[in-house]
Amino acid sequence: MAALSAAGAAARDGWRRLAARRAAMLAGGVAFLAVCVVLDAATGPAMLPPAVVARSVLGLGDDPMVNAIVWSIRLPVALMAVLVGAALGLTGAVMQTILNNPLASSYTLGVSAGAGFGAALVIVVGTALPLPEAQAIPLSAFLFAALACAAVWLLGGLRGATPETLVLAGIALMFLFQAALATLQFLASPEALQQIVFWLFGSLQRATWSKLGIVAAVLVVAVPMLMRDAWSLTALRFGDDRAAALGIGVRGVRFRGFVFVSVATGVAVAFVGTIGFVGLVAPHVARMLIGEDQRLMLPGAALTGAALLSVASVASKTISPGALFPIGIVTALIGVPFFAWLIIISRRSHW
Amino acid sequence: MIASRHASPSLSLGPYGTVSTMGRIAVDSVTVRYGDRLAVDGVSFTARAGDVVALVGPNGSGKSSLLRAAAGLLRCGGQVRCDGRIAFLPQDNGARAALTVMETVLLGRIRALGMRVPETEVAHAVSTLDRLGIADLAMRLVPELSGGQRQLVFLAQMLASEPAILLLDEPTSALDLRNQLSLLSLLRGLARGCGLLVIVVLHDLNAAARFADRMLVLCNGRLVADGPGGEVLTETMLANVYGIRAEIGRSNEGVPLVVPICPIGCGDDP
Repeated sequence: MAALSAAGAAARDGWRRLAARRAAMLAGGVAFLAVCVVLDAATGPAMLPPAVVARSVLGLGDDPMVNAIVWSIRLPVALMAVLVGAALGLTGAVMQTILNNPLASSYTLGVSAGAGFGAALVIVVGTALPLPEAQAIPLSAFLFAALACAAVWLLGGLRGATPETLVLAGIALMFLFQAALATLQFLASPEALQQIVFWLFGSLQRATWSKLGIVAAVLVVAVPMLMRDAWSLTALRFGDDRAAALGIGVRGVRFRGFVFVSVATGVAVAFVGTIGFVGLVAPHVARMLIGEDQRLMLPGAALTGAALLSVASVASKTISPGALFPIGIVTALIGVPFFAWLIIISRRSHW
Repeated sequence: MIASRHASPSLSLGPYGTVSTMGRIAVDSVTVRYGDRLAVDGVSFTARAGDVVALVGPNGSGKSSLLRAAAGLLRCGGQVRCDGRIAFLPQDNGARAALTVMETVLLGRIRALGMRVPETEVAHAVSTLDRLGIADLAMRLVPELSGGQRQLVFLAQMLASEPAILLLDEPTSALDLRNQLSLLSLLRGLARGCGLLVIVVLHDLNAAARFADRMLVLCNGRLVADGPGGEVLTETMLANVYGIRAEIGRSNEGVPLVVPICPIGCGDDP
């Protein structure tokens, strides 16, 4: 290896500093998220001191009452916010990368609309099913999210599964499922209609340890598979041509990304309802803070999504004391100003 | 179809002057079809290490298709045989992704990268940048570079993969005169000094004649001329292939110079 010039040595040191800075940012994100979780568990009809909650979360609590509230009621909700936020952040990041489109997310491209339709279908015709509604709704939501994803892929694939055709297919699917959902709402009884509307608002309160376990298990399997494609996804950011020239099977990467989006969106949406803003915005925040290297950007998007939903969960309980604001509404209400601020302070012309 | 695409053995990417493995490419009656249209029609040629081959011809004559077929990125009839790893540079259509130059060059080594980037890969990328004299750009974002710098960065990405064969699709199209000259002399240096085989699509016939050992002229998907610039560039060829009238002069160094007599549409076309 030839000796490095001064500029080369500076480049190597610059790269090390950049790597260290990004690692520090991710670590900071984890710490912030931990604080959010404790605050989330401390907030509720009975406010608990965060320090006491933190001790209880770490298994050091000695007040059985606090332990019971934290462990059986609040922690599942707080952790569900983290997992669902992370899943939505990741799906948005993957979609934006594989579709080369800053507006892509499972919400804007019909996957969430599919899940919403699936849930509403069970609510309207639910009594006819052999399953209890509490299980049928998430299952149907999950299946219709997968169906929507498959439809986008097949429809877009007719013309070669390019980003453009997939985005167009996604938009078309979104309108289709929204129209189908509106039809169900139009036909539904007032009680069913109310239930549909509340499901669509999204709620973390339905979280239990077993649901949490399902979401966690899906992510534990899916995320490492996604991360194996991290460098290929990074290469895809320069366009299909340049990625193919590097020897990457562009279609395969895109397909695997789609499968991830389908599964992760499905499982997230099934248990908490449609939450729109996180998947769109978390990747942009991660990109601005961490850059485009997907090895770090994907974890960054997961952390951002988790933190956003966690903060929204705290806010949904504190905006009006005693009442619970729907999480899907709060997320956008607090996320948009934050996002606008980020756009204003960053002067980049690219996304 | 590609009969064999050997990965070259790990070769040292030393400074200028180190001869790497010998690249060779043999293109045998390659045809490329887009639906009913025949973009490349039975083209055959061979080229070997140390050569700079310029692929020229009018727009739509099949240059890019032939290059892509040679790179194995396009389904084609006929046979492409090559010894040595190929690196392909697509036409420059900008770069919007906010990746640093360092990350871009590392991508050239994508097979060696995992969740951690090994120190050896970092050193390799840095020395590749150093070799092209652009190590000072390492931490810059690619979309913020000038067109000339961007092409050098993507050339560094190609070189990072330790190729024996470089295929470049119009690498100079967005460059000013100075950057065109420096990129082309760099390519020639890589062929002469490092024994790389360089095949490059060019529009500028004078640059092609000056920098390439050999010119392949494509017209309607067919190979119509193959040889050194001095032989290939004739008034007849320019009239037949490009439909222009031109005189062929000579520079002081004896390199042929195409001087169009009358631009198309000026009123007195022959």
